[in-house]
Parts: sequence; C-alpha cells; structure tokens
Amino acid sequence: MDAAALIQALTERFPNAVRSSHAYRGDATIVVSREALLDLARALKDDAAFQMNFLMDLTAVDFSTFGKKPSPAFFASSGVAVRPSAELPDEHPWPGPPEVPNAAAALGAPPVPARFVVVYHFFSLPLKHRLRVEVPLEEADAELDSVTALWAGANWLEREVWDMFGIRFRGHPNLKRILMYDQFVGHPLRKDYPVNRRQPLIKTNGDVSSH
Amino acid sequence: MLLNIGPAHPAMHGIIRIVARLDGEQIVDADVDIGYLHRGFEKMSETVDYNGVIPYTDRLNYVSPLINNVGYCMAVEKLLCISVPERCHYIRVIVSEISRITDHLTCVGASAMELGAFTVFLYMIKAREYLWELVESVTGARLTVSYCRVGGVKGDLPEEFAEQCRKAFEETRRVLAESDALLTRNRIFVDRMSGTGKISADDAISYGITGPFLRASGVPYDVRKDCPYASYDRLEFDVPVGTRGDNFDRYLVRMEEMQQSMRIVEQALREMPPGPFQISPQTGRPLPASEMVDEAKVGNIPAIRDAYAVTDPTLDGAAKSQHASIATGEKRVFLPPKEDTYGNIEGLMQHFKLVMYGHGARPPKGEVYFAVEGANGELGFYVVSDGGNTPYRVRVRPPCFAIMSALPKLVVGDMMADLTPTFGSINMIGGELDR
Amino acid sequence: MSDDAGFLTSRLDEAIGWARKYSIFQYPFVTACCGMEYMATACSHYDIDRFGAGLPRFSPRQADVLFVVGTISQKMAPVLKRIYDQMAEPKWVVSFGVCTCTGGFYDNYATLMGIDTIIPVDVYIPGCPPRPEYVLDGLLKLQAKIQAQHESGQRPAPEPRPELEPEPWMPPR
Repeated sequence: MDAAALIQALTERFPNAVRSSHAYRGDATIVVSREALLDLARALKDDAAFQMNFLMDLTAVDFSTFGKKPSPAFFASSGVAVRPSAELPDEHPWPGPPEVPNAAAALGAPPVPARFVVVYHFFSLPLKHRLRVEVPLEEADAELDSVTALWAGANWLEREVWDMFGIRFRGHPNLKRILMYDQFVGHPLRKDYPVNRRQPLIKTNGDVSSH
Repeated sequence: MLLNIGPAHPAMHGIIRIVARLDGEQIVDADVDIGYLHRGFEKMSETVDYNGVIPYTDRLNYVSPLINNVGYCMAVEKLLCISVPERCHYIRVIVSEISRITDHLTCVGASAMELGAFTVFLYMIKAREYLWELVESVTGARLTVSYCRVGGVKGDLPEEFAEQCRKAFEETRRVLAESDALLTRNRIFVDRMSGTGKISADDAISYGITGPFLRASGVPYDVRKDCPYASYDRLEFDVPVGTRGDNFDRYLVRMEEMQQSMRIVEQALREMPPGPFQISPQTGRPLPASEMVDEAKVGNIPAIRDAYAVTDPTLDGAAKSQHASIATGEKRVFLPPKEDTYGNIEGLMQHFKLVMYGHGARPPKGEVYFAVEGANGELGFYVVSDGGNTPYRVRVRPPCFAIMSALPKLVVGDMMADLTPTFGSINMIGGELDR
Repeated sequence: MSDDAGFLTSRLDEAIGWARKYSIFQYPFVTACCGMEYMATACSHYDIDRFGAGLPRFSPRQADVLFVVGTISQKMAPVLKRIYDQMAEPKWVVSFGVCTCTGGFYDNYATLMGIDTIIPVDVYIPGCPPRPEYVLDGLLKLQAKIQAQHESGQRPAPEPRPELEPEPWMPPR
C-alpha cells in the first residue's frame, strides 16, 4: 500500500488511537497515544493488510529545544540565510513536533509539544511498505509499554532508548544500560545534557575538555 | 562455569564483552555487553552542520565508509527534496559497491584468520589494498573518505579510473579465486562453519536482522532490489540467497556478493552518462587559483572569464566543467566551483554562506527516514531538522546492532569453539554497533 | 678501571637495546577504525614484520609494546589501565591514531581525550587513521627510543600535559 492508503487503513481501524498523521516526503507517519500502542503494534504485525514483520528501528527524539537554538553566527538572521527555496515541492507539509493533550485542553488551551517522542519504524517484507509510528510522552511520565514480546529486536533497542533518554518500558525483561556504563548518571542524548560533561571511571590527569 | 570473553580479546572484530555460561564445552547462556566504543555520534552530529556530520558517518562502519556517506547524504537530500545529477548517482553506486567489496574482504579474511587460515587473511588484505588505492585516487583518502556531500559528491572520477578499476578487479578476482580454492572445500573450514551459528528465517526477522545474514537464512531481502535508490533499479545484478542459515552459508553469500558487486561496478562504468572530461578537455586555460584571486581582487574580470582554476590536488574533479555532473543545481546547499568562488561575488557569497561557522544549508523543518543497503544489512538514517543549520537529531539504524542482539540465540547450544566462527561471520563493526 | 666498566656496560646496553628493538612483541589493543590501518600495516603491502614487530601477542603478560589503536571510551579506560598494569617491564606504549593521542574530534561525554591521561605514552602517531607509512615512521622512532633506553628499563618521566586555556578565538559550545 502506498503511504496515503496505509494511513487511511490505520485511521479507520484505530480511530481513537491515531491522533494525527502525515506523509511528509512520502514517509507514512502516524502519531498514536501511549495506551493504544501495544494493540496497534499487535495488529500491525498480525493483520494481513499490514504484515509489518520487521521492527526496523526504535528510537526517541527530545523535542525540548526544537526551533529554539539561536544561531551563533554573524548575519545569520539576515534575509539571505541559506534556506532551500520556497518552490520546493511540499504536497504533504510537516505538521510540526507531535503534541500531548494538555490537561487544560478542555478550557481551550492549545496542546503542548511533547518533550519526548518515541519513534518506531516498521517495514513489511511481503507488502514492501514502511510506516513510522510516533508516541509522544511527557517528561514527568516517560513510560511506555514494551513490544519485546512481538519483535525480539526491540529488546536492545528499548534498552538503548532507556540509556540515552531515560524512557522506561513497562514489561521489558532486562531494562538496564547498554551503551554507557552503569555508574553513569544522567541520560546523554537529552538536550539538557551538555555534550562534554564527562564522568570518568578512573582518575585521569590533565584531561582538559577542549573547546 | 562462567567465562568472561573480552572486552580486550584476540578476535579482530571489535571490543565487546561476552559472559558465557558453559556446561563443559557447550554454551548454555551468553550475555553480551556492548558500548565499549560508544563515541557519541548522535550527540556530536547535533553540534556540527549538515556537511560536518559526514566525517562522523565515515567512522560508523569504518570498513565500508562510503556506504555510510551515501546513506546519510541521500537522507538529507530526501529531506531537502533535491535531486542530484544522473552521473552522481552512478558514481555513488560505484563507490558504494567498492566499499561493499572491502567490507566483505575484511570480514571473510578476519574470520578465516581466526579459524587459523592466516594466508587467506593476507591475500584478502592485499586485495583490499588495491581497492583502497582505487578509493584513494577518487576521494583522496584510503579509509575515512568523507567523499559525499549533501547534494552531490566531492569530485568527479579521475580520468584513468576505468583502467585502474579494471586492474584492481583483476587482482581481486584472482584473490577471490585463490581464497575460494583454499577455503570452500577445505575440510576443516567446512566442518567448523557448517551447522554452527544457525538461525531460522523467522527468528532473524523477529530480531530485525537484514543483509547477508538474513539472506543466508533464505529470506531474499535486499534494499537495493526491494526499495531501490540511486541508480540500482537500472542495473542488473543477482542477490545470493542461502538456505541453511549457518556460518558457511554466510561465507558463501559474502563471497558471491563480492562477485556481484564487481559486476555492478563494471556495468555502471559502461552505462554511466559521460562526464565532461570525456567529451572534451577542460574548456578553459589553466590559471593557478592564487593568481585568479588576485586578478579578481583588482577587478580584472575579463582576464579570468575563460580561465580554469588550478587548485590543490585534493580538489581534483571539482572544477567548473565537472561541477554540473557531480552537484545538484540547488545553490543554497552545495558549494560553488572554485572559479566562481574566486572569480565573482555571487560565488563568494554562496561559498561564505555555506561554510562559515553558524551558517550552512538549512533544510526545512521535518523528519525523514532513508535506508540503504549497508554491507551488514539495512543502514537507515532518521534525520530530524528544526530549520536550523545543525541537524536536530540524526539517528543511524545500525545493521549489526540487530545481529548482535541475536548473538545469545546464535551460540546457545553450540560448543565454545564455535563462538569464534559465529562471531566472525556476524561482522560486528564496533563503530556501527556502539556509534 | 671505571672507564672500562663504563665502556663494557654501555656496549652491553647497546647490544640489549639492539636486540630489544628488533624483537618487539606487540599487544594490539585494537578498538576502532585505526585497526583497519593497523591491519594494513601488518600485512603484505607495508609489512611491519620486516622490522621485527610482526608477531602480535594477545596476552599482556607476553607483550612488551602496547599499541593502543583506536578511540578509547570512558567505559574502556579501566580495561586499558588494567591491561597496561598487567604488562611486565620493560614496556612501551604507542598511541596509534589521533583518538588515542588527544581524543580526536570526539570531544564528548563518552571519550577519553587521549590515553596519556591514564597511562604514560612513548610514541604518538597522529592521523585519522594514520597511513601505514606514518605508522612505520612511528615504529622507527620507537625503536630509536628502545635502543637508547637504559638497561634497567627506566624511562624518562612523561612530560606533563599543558593546560589548555580557552582562547578568545575558540567558538563557544
């Protein structure tokens, strides 16, 4: 199925779960709520219409500084900034970072962009289509169900997301750090972790972090 | 008995720690500990501009660096929605396939060495040297090449490339024939590799394994065939698929893939649209770049209008006449040729706005995922842009991460000595696994 | 009489130095991309074996030169220190590749900015990765150092690392 048909089929099948969708640059993407993830994943794997037998990638993005980093350059804000032209084909515009429903939404407040978004990339070998599923999470409650029971490769991928971002996966058999050492404090890929804050395991001499 | 293998161990593949629980000689359980080469690729790529990520991508799968370069550049080009010239696609295919051959040579050579066939290792590294000389004539470096750019490649292929390539492939074919004669029907090699490290197709798919590992288990998934990119859909080649899913099938699949890669390169060299140097020699008179700059500074533009800037040899292949065949037309993304940089103010401004710190190409806000066929499997890049000059998030989907996560499944039940060929045939590359 | 003793011991030193420098048992502590160039140097094209250094000993107890090849991460640093401590004197350390010399361009939370922050280094071979010719040049320098070293195995004190003050031209992070 092509991207539009895939999104259509998923939105019909899970009307409550799928919050928004787009096909920016041809990649079918749906944003789902956290509670519906496990059922959706099961259906994606087992349904004959989807048959997503590959979980290609499981990662996360920290959207806390999205669009906020000022450029340190001289004349960077001038009108001749090197941006690709406005004539770029843009049939499916990107809606922006996914949002979590705000508790104050009932009062008419706009939804806030989520701090963390867990991104799943699926691929179906028989039907040759790809899908991206995004699950927005709030910072205070960064927990999600694990899909390890469905795809064995999710085991290590979820461990890496825990290590790098601090997002917990409920039901994961062995959620511990995978790339960093156990004594490491913090989650390095979060935007508030400075890139060269080192936590040496053994005493070093003259270890200057250069600029 | 609990046996700790690594992280400093003799296998030449990478640093990893395997804690194996043994019952006599049989492995009952294996726990794999990675991350000893974690260098923070994803965090570093948020601090440099889009072209600045390319040296970091070289060092991901460092035995096939050009495939990583191509993958990342094509992902950013998908985000920018720009297209590169046809010849550039063919150049990328050629260098990717040469990288694939070097990767398989290293993998098969190193795993043969670990089983005791030291001669095969020396032969294959010899062949790899010829290919590295070939890569050096194109890119300027042997290993960490940083050849691709967002929107094209650094420079066109040199004039004698087809001839050099022919000679290098002749040597490589000779080496492959010799290695084949030494290994494929060698009783010891076959006994050690057959039946060990078996994985079924369903298990492999569940773990997310792709590439030669998956194809050896009987699943014919190849990104070049199923989701073609660059000019792979116009090239004819076969994808070897195994049956049993053990180490020997993986060895056979890799050997055959090397032959197919050479076939692809030769076809691509024949079918490539001709570059300008094949039509006519440089159409301007050569002038050293420093003189050109001086003439431009004093405003003597007519003197340099038809001149061809002679620059450093590292910039060979990027002259104005060759620029159209290696670079996208989108000026806001790719550097201008040196004649324009030194010769007129528009080129200078374009160059300035692309290289100065804090400036650079700014893709629109969005996210893309693009996958290429790496030597180990599907190498995917997920790039998120927030409209600034540095990427917001670059995620590389490492093919050998999935394979290593299946290592406990591969070795449990086998003997301790079978760990060596299995680990060798996984082709674990630390730079890609730990990033 | 003391001159005779001096003459004999210096000849002995030279002989021992000559024997040591041409029989290097290296421990290749290979981690990353530099390992590919290490392989290339060790194999037929560039052949490190003609310098007597072609026999890798994969145990620190049996080796005398520790070739640290490739980036050392913070997770790996204690392992490297332990391997270095396990080697018996006389031992030398070659820092192969710029990641081991100063950390390379991986200035982040995960990397050790140079192995001389934890172990003393004798020869630095920069490059990313260094060409085999540079490696052979470094090896020749190491051999000169081995030749000149006192018979007791004492090495001169390692130079202290200069403190890097942030300069005004360095871009802020």
